[in-house]
Amino acid sequence: MTSARPGPVSRPGRNLRARDRFLPSLIGLLMVLGTFFLIRAVVIRAEQWPRIKAQFFNGQAIIDVFPQVLKGFGLNMSVWAVSLVVIALWALVLAVFRSLHGPWFAPLRVFSIVYIDLLRGLPSLLLVLLFGFGVPALRIPGLPQKSLFWGAMAMISSYSAYAAEVYRSGMEAVHDGQRAAAKALGLSQGQTLRFAILPQAVRNVVPSLLNLAVALQKDVALLSVLGVRDAVREAQIYTARTFNYSSLVAAALLFLAATIPLARFTDYLSRKDRERRLQFTV
Amino acid sequence: MYRIEIEHLTKYYGKKLVLQDVNLRVADHEVVCLIGASGSGKSTLLRCVNNLVDFDQGDVKLDGLSIFDDGLSSGELYKRIGMVFQSYNLFPHMTVLDNITLAPRRVHRISRAESEACAHELLKLFDLDGFAGSYPEQLSGGQQQRVAIVRALATRPEVLMLDEVTAALDPELIGGVLQVIRDLRKQGMTMIIVTHEMSFARDVADLVCFLDGGRILEEGPPQRLFSNPENPRTRQFLQRIIEAGRL
Repeated sequence: MTSARPGPVSRPGRNLRARDRFLPSLIGLLMVLGTFFLIRAVVIRAEQWPRIKAQFFNGQAIIDVFPQVLKGFGLNMSVWAVSLVVIALWALVLAVFRSLHGPWFAPLRVFSIVYIDLLRGLPSLLLVLLFGFGVPALRIPGLPQKSLFWGAMAMISSYSAYAAEVYRSGMEAVHDGQRAAAKALGLSQGQTLRFAILPQAVRNVVPSLLNLAVALQKDVALLSVLGVRDAVREAQIYTARTFNYSSLVAAALLFLAATIPLARFTDYLSRKDRERRLQFTV
Repeated sequence: MYRIEIEHLTKYYGKKLVLQDVNLRVADHEVVCLIGASGSGKSTLLRCVNNLVDFDQGDVKLDGLSIFDDGLSSGELYKRIGMVFQSYNLFPHMTVLDNITLAPRRVHRISRAESEACAHELLKLFDLDGFAGSYPEQLSGGQQQRVAIVRALATRPEVLMLDEVTAALDPELIGGVLQVIRDLRKQGMTMIIVTHEMSFARDVADLVCFLDGGRILEEGPPQRLFSNPENPRTRQFLQRIIEAGRL
């Protein structure tokens, strides 16, 4: 087999011809396209297809509802952007609390552990309902009354617990020798964290944090249960009026347009990060 | 008067006894080499001296004052005792210059200009000028270790502790680092050196201590200890080193 069709791997003393190099890619592409059109033909020929198309992929409905859904999606993305910043900072604080040692810091350490255990262990939807409906119902003067605010707080609380654990793993991944060196130079615990550990830890966990950011990007849609007019809520309103689900597909397309590029970017960063590490372990 | 006095030092890791009633005195300008097999407690002993790890019994004195004395702040302790590690432990996200000036600026509150001038001077002294702006990973192992020595010297310590500083280096890079240590000896630096380089220890040490099972089994001037070891364990250890062609 190897003599019949050499693989695309370059060997010393031997130049690959263009045919050897491009043929595998070409075959791959043709296979994918062929499979796609085969499935498409089967689906379109199915008896139920016209009904499915009318319910979910009605072009006119998508165009009609698009401005409304887009407006709602703008709200999703602004909640996402603000939460992201707050989560990145608050989670770092939690991770630092948890990493402090010495009896004086015991309350902070315990707080951080309890916080992370509780909020990681609860479903986000439950938190959104609890915060978004529960807190405004208390009517405490001085506190914001909007469910949107409290819904966002729920997402922030929940995701901070995850992000704090990500930061912590990043801090633990920093080699012990770094701590020893910092201590031997006379740096205090705080200085060691600030100058030696955290810069390395944060750099280590950027890809993992971006993964959480992708997850949050779609989970902000949970706020729609509070009646907040986000993309999903707007789509549902349209569905309730017309009994057509194409509006939800419109919202889905918008979410994909946001999450896929970010996920690709995360992959790219992870790859760069891995290359950087490999380069220096030699 | 001794610079460093280690008195009855005993340390456990959990239930394992790693240092057992160790006594050692290091005078000013003296170079002490600690030799012995891996796991004999050499590195742990160094880490106890500057309180990087806790120990269970005994005391360490710097200029007659216990390192736990309230009159000796931890900043001052680490300013007066510098330490260099086997794996360099430079901060990879900082330039060479920032690595060297970190402790002077942040711990000892010396101005940026002054600490950088001092760092450049030291880099020049150790043939490292030109690397100030480089990151550690851009340097060879030998260069990194010399930077680590410069970093430890930047606070003008009275004692320098070197923990197997050539053990992680490629053979052709070891010479440069050892030369730096020889130069430091000439300048009168008090040093405690953990090393597996026996011929280096023989050249540079005033006193060689052989550790085994957490105890100093034998100590003496290098000429005597290497040519005429009294303890059978020492003899056995040196015999193996000679067989391995390392002495």
